[in-house]
Amino acid sequence: MSIELAFRLDRGDFSLDLSLALPGAGVSAVFGPSGCGKTTLLRIMAGLERLAVGHLRVGGRTWQDVNQFVPPHQRAVGYVFQEPSLFPHRSVEGNLRYGLRRSQGSGDSARLEQSIELLGIRHLLARRPHQLSGGEQQRVAIARALAMEPALLLLDEPLAGLDQERRGEILPYLERLHRELVLPMVYVSHSREEVARLADHLVLMDAGRVQAEGALTDVFARLDLAIAGQPGAETVLEGVVDDYDPRDGVVRVNSDAGPLHAVLGQMETGQPVRLQVQARDVSVALTAPQDSSILNVMPARIEDLAEQGTGHVMLRLRVGDTVLLARVSRRSARELSLAPGLEVHAQVKSVALLG
Amino acid sequence: MPGSADLTALWITLQLAAVSTLILLVLGTPLAWWLARTQWRFRFVVEAMVALPLVLPPTVLGFYLLIALGPEGPIGGLMEALGGQPLAFTFSGLVIGSVVYSLPFVVQPLQNAFSAVGRRPMEVAATLRASPLDRFFTVAVPLAAPGFLTAAVLGFAHTLGEFGVVLMIGGNIPGSTQVVSIAVYDHVEALDYTSAHWLSGGLLLMSMLMLMAVYALNRRFLVVRL
Repeated sequence: MSIELAFRLDRGDFSLDLSLALPGAGVSAVFGPSGCGKTTLLRIMAGLERLAVGHLRVGGRTWQDVNQFVPPHQRAVGYVFQEPSLFPHRSVEGNLRYGLRRSQGSGDSARLEQSIELLGIRHLLARRPHQLSGGEQQRVAIARALAMEPALLLLDEPLAGLDQERRGEILPYLERLHRELVLPMVYVSHSREEVARLADHLVLMDAGRVQAEGALTDVFARLDLAIAGQPGAETVLEGVVDDYDPRDGVVRVNSDAGPLHAVLGQMETGQPVRLQVQARDVSVALTAPQDSSILNVMPARIEDLAEQGTGHVMLRLRVGDTVLLARVSRRSARELSLAPGLEVHAQVKSVALLG
Repeated sequence: MPGSADLTALWITLQLAAVSTLILLVLGTPLAWWLARTQWRFRFVVEAMVALPLVLPPTVLGFYLLIALGPEGPIGGLMEALGGQPLAFTFSGLVIGSVVYSLPFVVQPLQNAFSAVGRRPMEVAATLRASPLDRFFTVAVPLAAPGFLTAAVLGFAHTLGEFGVVLMIGGNIPGSTQVVSIAVYDHVEALDYTSAHWLSGGLLLMSMLMLMAVYALNRRFLVVRL
């Protein structure tokens, strides 16, 4: 199963022209500045923009091509709009059942139960939408889309209309969907934090075009893109908790980059985690440092480097099966003669848990 | 007390208003929906035509309807060709006249209500597998409910009060096309002020009660503006 699409849309002041192949599982984030066409892309996929010309195939089924246009209500899609968009004339349960009753699957309530459970909204079922907070409304809207058992879930900046606190309240639910469902999701966002926490695959958009796409870690580490040049540049690593030391709270995570140690507090062995390493927290040394306070030192090879402003150099390091960004001073780069191909030791000062 | 002729006139008036309102809701709903959604650049022409009865003197409207519904007119002629009666001076003719006369009072509140619903809820319903007709009845209509209430009551009340159009196309045939407003006029002409008081007072009370009901029920939603 995969999602293939190519579309053109011309609206005078805005044009969109792109072609994509997205993985059939996990979260594909579409990331870019506002007005770049992210939302339009989602609307095209849902069939809400009739003027777009092109084709879309989802898991072998054609939703649109030259010869056919499957109308939105016949596409097995779940759509979560930026604002919650619950029907004000129906209760929470009425909202959940609206799509469920109309979707192809039998009216079996197992999926409804699962959606209610996943989003933690059981206590809200009898309420009216106006009695809910913005975050609760958005959770109901997500559950409403999930209950239909869609082949594809489209989320249009579902957290953008919420304040920081509410965002923090919903993100764990989204991470849970990501962990527990195989459903492919396309997640539009302009928040780097949300993308880092949720995405597996990343599509960078600008002015209606695709700038780059690929696995999240690879795209984040591409030094030719502006995304690695931003102050918060980071590497996202997936791993599994391997050991926890109750004496000092240090957790060992088996990651793509090898074993990583971090003070994360108590965690269950075997638990999958997503870690974030800031580029500014990674330094390099030519010889293995002795007696260092830094917990993580790993052999690495410089793959690429790019100057950042007048004072810094961003390095892309190959570590284990993955890459790691390191931001060092230009002076260090000069004095150590850092260059692509050089073998170094990467020192990771701090590792943060995402979510 | 009102005489039996007056009661008949009242009964005819209520029947006329009820039938006209029903027809107006059936015809006005798709028209209002189309007006609220279309991007056609000549939409304003249709809007102007719908609003015309608001500004046209009822006698002018009645005059044209009389011509159209009479045996020589296009509609009356067609009815005759089909083996029916010309519509002028019949209850059916009055219904047609009332429908035209009260059209803006039904279409405009509905159009406003549909515009206020907007596209988003309909898109949401579409992504929840609702077909166009399904989402119209399960989303647009419930969300526009206050507009329907306003449209129905205004259409009804406005038909109750029509005078000029009825006089032109209905004549003043007691028991068949004589309505309250014309009966009042006749009573005043005959200096029978007592009967005129009964009928006028009754109509005044009824209209006031209906409008109060609309405003009270709509207070939570949107206030009627015309």
